[in-house]
Amino acid sequence: MGIDIRLPLGILFLLVGSILVVYGAASDPTLYRQSLGINVNLYWGVVLLIFGALMFMLSRRSARAAARAENAPQSPRSSGH
Amino acid sequence: MTGIDWLILGLYFAFVLGIGVALKGSMKTSADFFLAGRAIPAWVCGLAFMSANLGAQEVIGMGASGAKYGIATSHFYWIGAIPAMVFVGIFMMPFYYGSRARSVPEYLRLRFDEKTRGLNAISFAIMTIFSSGISMYAIAKLIQTLHVFDGVFQRLGLNSSWIFDFAILISAIVVLVYTFLGGLSSAIYNEVLQFFLIVAGFLPLSYLGLKNVGGWSGLKATLGPSYTHSWAGLSRANTNRLGVEWFGLVMGLGFVLSFGYWCTDFLVVQRAMAAKSMSAARRTPLIGAFPKMLFPFLVILPGLIAIALPTQPAVPPHARVVVSAEPPGKGIIPLKVDASSGQPMLDKDGKPQFDYDLAVPNMLLHYFPPGMLGLGLTALLASFMSGMAGNVTAFNTVWTYDIYQSYIRPGATDAHYLWMGRTATVFGIAFSIGAAYMANRFNNIMDMLQLVFAFVNAPLFATFLLGMFWKRTTGHGAFTGLLAGTAAAAIHHGLTLPAGAVVGIKGGWLAITHTYPSEMAQNFWTAIYAWSTCFVVTIIVSLMTRAPEESKLVGLVYSLTPKPEEEPLAWYGRPASLAIMVLAGTVLLNIIFW
Repeated sequence: MGIDIRLPLGILFLLVGSILVVYGAASDPTLYRQSLGINVNLYWGVVLLIFGALMFMLSRRSARAAARAENAPQSPRSSGH
Repeated sequence: MTGIDWLILGLYFAFVLGIGVALKGSMKTSADFFLAGRAIPAWVCGLAFMSANLGAQEVIGMGASGAKYGIATSHFYWIGAIPAMVFVGIFMMPFYYGSRARSVPEYLRLRFDEKTRGLNAISFAIMTIFSSGISMYAIAKLIQTLHVFDGVFQRLGLNSSWIFDFAILISAIVVLVYTFLGGLSSAIYNEVLQFFLIVAGFLPLSYLGLKNVGGWSGLKATLGPSYTHSWAGLSRANTNRLGVEWFGLVMGLGFVLSFGYWCTDFLVVQRAMAAKSMSAARRTPLIGAFPKMLFPFLVILPGLIAIALPTQPAVPPHARVVVSAEPPGKGIIPLKVDASSGQPMLDKDGKPQFDYDLAVPNMLLHYFPPGMLGLGLTALLASFMSGMAGNVTAFNTVWTYDIYQSYIRPGATDAHYLWMGRTATVFGIAFSIGAAYMANRFNNIMDMLQLVFAFVNAPLFATFLLGMFWKRTTGHGAFTGLLAGTAAAAIHHGLTLPAGAVVGIKGGWLAITHTYPSEMAQNFWTAIYAWSTCFVVTIIVSLMTRAPEESKLVGLVYSLTPKPEEEPLAWYGRPASLAIMVLAGTVLLNIIFW
């Protein structure tokens, strides 16, 4: 029962990451004086995007592995966590 | 807050509620609701195990302590959590999980008797309600202080004095919806979400702050050794900022309080009981221990940076750092201001007090531009809500299984208990709202309640230790031991006083026989006395009463339980290997920050 939390986790971070990247790329650079001149939205947004994509891919991979295991019951190997 | 910050906050709320809705269909039995069907993978349980404890007290409180005491606050993690988390995973989980008990109080009934369970269940249920109320109060207070909703309220023409009530209502409704729909699974999945959000929101804060003050060496140069060493100066209480000597710290915090919390508190143990197998249950606290070990860098470090910064920062107009103009605070930490008079609050010696609780929120406002600020505030709110949801799910389980099913209505159908669990979620949250308002109106009552809980909790670990590892321990012994331990804690508190405190809630209400250098030292020693009394009384009474039948203790006591079978796991995934790795890491961190 339940859900694979990596799927919503991945989607949430993909969305938040995209928002930060787009906003970071479009926003006025003077905004980043308080963050030591670092465009923290852009750079951290990229990191979150990568993390989100990774989680999303992992959840897809294990969903595919589970589907394969169902089709071929003689080899009940799941990818695990 | 600007539009982009609202967007991120809104997204988070949508996902939290969405998880509850997605899980609604799979809540068919009471075990699905209260135990997450015992089907959750170890890494998810592990992160939830850690996040359930990561409430308001943790994120705000540890940042505040970091500002007050320096890196020595990390003792609350490295001494005060990791060893106990390893112990519960390696040695105690086989009995919690193996006994198939559905809650910690239920384990006490299986091992001892009904009265020991009743004592634990009732005190725990009351405690969780107040803890979740305090969490809710903290959320509302923070939202009020940071003026998060002020703009919206102004635009809608609403009275800004309603912001507190609105914040309470919103957090209560969100937590209610997702725990009502998805029970423990929903709480656990959301705790994982919250964990990653907290890391995402706080890691850049530590990075920017550290970069700004010139790295760790810069921090050391600015603040001096008393803030940047965790063990140096602990040989005596008056040579360190905590005001505790090493023995009181190691025994009081590292042994009694820490093991009492991490090894017996159902709030965290419930997360491991939801694991899908014995091996997953044992690995749950061990997996949680890895991020726990590193969290001081996320929650304590910002506090240290906050006091190292120059006092009057250049504040951009869109951020609203809560800084009192006159006289200057310490770093970016403002003075505590009396809400009614608007004057800074003074301590007994007439010196102004600092509002350390604003260390972390002010750091967020200081460094984060719009965008990241939304993420940071979302992380903060997420941590508060995960702390609250942890209490709510532990409450509805203990209420339904250990109080309602045991004393009010035994023998009903499973569907009835599922209904009761959902109903308990509703009135548990309603009571928490009451507790939140009580905390707002009568601060002293809350202080007193927390004191009473401390007395009740302090001896608990002695009972569990004897119960699990000494088969001769009897129910009468356990029950009398708990009562004696609680009484010892109260008496010790009544006879001692921290230096500079006023007789009353801080102690000394019987007579003053000893003065401790700090409140923390007094707390640790109260715990040590409570634990020792419980330990001794339990042994004496057990030896005087009839030994329990050994056949009934199989699976509940160490010497009568077969060793748990190891699942075929890679060497690095086995509980013992995880334990060694996390302990080695903790020792290393202690050496680095000596």
